[in-house]
Amino acid sequence: MKLTGAQALIKSLETQGVEVMFGLPGGAILPVYDPILDSSIRHVLVRHEQGAGHMAEGYAMVTGRAGVAMVTSGPGATNVVTPLSNAYMDSTPLVVITGQVATSAIGSDAFQECDITGVTMGITKHNWLVKRAEDIPRTVAAAFHVATTGRPGPVLVDLPKDVSNAEMDWYWPTSEADLDLPGYHPRTEGDPAAIAEAVELMLAAERPVLYVGGGVLKARAAGALLELAERTGFPVVTTLMARGAFPDSHPLCLGMPGMHGNYTAVTAMQRADLLVSLGARFDDRVTGRVSAFAPSAKVIHVDIDPAEIGKVRVPEVGIVGDCQRVVERLVAGLEAAGLAHDAAAVRTDTGAKARPGSRAADRPARDAWWAQLRAWQQEFPLHYEDGAGDTLKPQMVVEALRDLSSPDTVVVAGVGQHQMWASQYWRFEHPYTWVNSGGAGTMGFAVPAAIGAKVGRPEKTVWAIDGDGCFQMTAQELVTAAAERIPVKVAILNNAYLGMVRQWQEMFYAERYSEVYLSPDLPDYVKWAEAMGCVGFRADSPEEVGPAIEKANAIDDRPVVVDFRTDAFEKVFPMVPAGGSNDDIVVHPAQSPNRPAR
Amino acid sequence: MTSPGDGEARHHILSVLVENKAGVLARVAGLFSRRGFNIFSLAVAPTDDERFSRLTIVVDVESAPLEQIVQQLDKLVNVVSISQLAPEAAVERELVLATVEVDAAHRGEIIELIGVFRGEVVNVGPDRLTVMLADDPDTVDDFERLLGGYRIVELQRTGRVALPKLKYAD
Repeated sequence: MKLTGAQALIKSLETQGVEVMFGLPGGAILPVYDPILDSSIRHVLVRHEQGAGHMAEGYAMVTGRAGVAMVTSGPGATNVVTPLSNAYMDSTPLVVITGQVATSAIGSDAFQECDITGVTMGITKHNWLVKRAEDIPRTVAAAFHVATTGRPGPVLVDLPKDVSNAEMDWYWPTSEADLDLPGYHPRTEGDPAAIAEAVELMLAAERPVLYVGGGVLKARAAGALLELAERTGFPVVTTLMARGAFPDSHPLCLGMPGMHGNYTAVTAMQRADLLVSLGARFDDRVTGRVSAFAPSAKVIHVDIDPAEIGKVRVPEVGIVGDCQRVVERLVAGLEAAGLAHDAAAVRTDTGAKARPGSRAADRPARDAWWAQLRAWQQEFPLHYEDGAGDTLKPQMVVEALRDLSSPDTVVVAGVGQHQMWASQYWRFEHPYTWVNSGGAGTMGFAVPAAIGAKVGRPEKTVWAIDGDGCFQMTAQELVTAAAERIPVKVAILNNAYLGMVRQWQEMFYAERYSEVYLSPDLPDYVKWAEAMGCVGFRADSPEEVGPAIEKANAIDDRPVVVDFRTDAFEKVFPMVPAGGSNDDIVVHPAQSPNRPAR
Repeated sequence: MTSPGDGEARHHILSVLVENKAGVLARVAGLFSRRGFNIFSLAVAPTDDERFSRLTIVVDVESAPLEQIVQQLDKLVNVVSISQLAPEAAVERELVLATVEVDAAHRGEIIELIGVFRGEVVNVGPDRLTVMLADDPDTVDDFERLLGGYRIVELQRTGRVALPKLKYAD
């Protein structure tokens, strides 16, 4: 069968099982947009290519499938650089197709030419410049394979216009060997000897913590993790990228560690004698000053990316492998040592009972550890002060959203104070219900990512919790949402400031506020929402919050934007100052007098 | 780049088999640059199999742990395999070409020096010689130092290439 390169590309995407892509056409990608008219693939027309990339990310994060974005050459391609970088930092599988000028014009500074494979080399897992139409099916298949296996990540396929127009004989690669990837062999099975060593360390631990990162979600290992936690009775912390991997309501869950993590999660890691790191990467936002991080802990580090093991902290036991498989083998090892599953015992903090006479029966008691953890939880829960009079506290808005929405609601955040409050005060019960920009910290992520998440999970309510600064960066994608009938909901925590920067200037720059004020009324978010085809309304005071959320939850035929006018001076606590030790965690001022001396 | 002569312990040789495709060298160089890994020298050439090229990279293991450099390199999709060669377990060669200014009175002396090192005179001009030596990097260092006694007009080293030392059963 003879096809043009453009037809072959679309047919390749169809064969790959792509159901939706996000994009915006232009000169160099024009040939590919013609066969889209005849394709089963839904195309969502964005208003800016950055939106296409973030939508593809949101889609990927809730579905676990690769998100697909398609844009033209030059500025179309450079506009998708931020989403690529974001997806690279957060290991999100993304396949981005860019148009390119004709092969004969490459290197001539042609109109809308940009060396996008060169630009994105450092922020993609891999990229390809396709020079022959016959390479298209193989390249597309390889692109999806690389994006979704091993440590997932974004890839880019650059397609020159003449290659799209050239004819080729259709084929589809039938095996991995056809993909021409001689240097790509992700390791998924953990080394049995290392797993056995890890089991021994787990049996010997007195103050253990399961340090759970986004890799657990990527590996779809939430079920295996629950089994491991309940069998060991170890407390669990879930990083910003892992919220939802373990239910917040579970008695073993300590919540989020890190710069804005809660006191107990942060301090448990500091005092631990064993950290079992599962798909986490010892990010600086989690460790604080590395030299002072978890000083007495032995470390078991499980990651599918061999380069993460020892990159920041040299572990006692490093295990390269898929988190699900490795956790299952750890469970099997514990079982063999005599540790049975006992979910009921877990709920009384004693952990599972070991078979009498087994090695596990000799493991040290962890009652003192749990008593300490419970004491910290009692003394230093997340805290904010109710506002005086009509002052609307942003945390209260998040709590109201949480309490008035179904527990399987997908929550999407941008970057800044609102993101931290969303992560702290939402109660995540299910995996893949939290979408945010972690590693890259991309402001403006929430609106387009929420749209992509809703496309991926149309049956679920999707709430973007956004800041006013973030919202202004990508709000125009609500036009896309209205036009495409993608009914997302956006809660703007409007404090009229670039709030996190304001917080740092208050705390670390002697309250010298430099270029952080935005204004609560400019733009008028309600009118702006209406102009974009959404429903928009406003809540100024605490008593307006509940009704506003219920009104928003009742609308399901259009996007909704709610402008919550929140306290501009509220700060995120706890906080570990940048570069500081996690021991120097700053709790809410109202809790400080109780703080024990170290 | 620092001279590879100072402090051998800082060095390690990586022999990296890569796909012979456009842009592979840029990917390797970009990785070193963005991760802050230092390269002392880099030699690239196709292998006997035209699908692959071999890079011989002398890395500075003070800039990052060797293991980290190897693992990050190995993540590049076009990198097929990496052999780590500790200097004592490798045979290494490097080639130097140098043009030196030499008057008639000193010409014999320099030719004698080249003879001692088993180098070659590869080009002769009225008042200049271009000389060549291929040897282990330490010897090339010595040769370069001795040439420094004359006026060096231009000098180019290739960077080292290396293969594992052969082992014999006891």
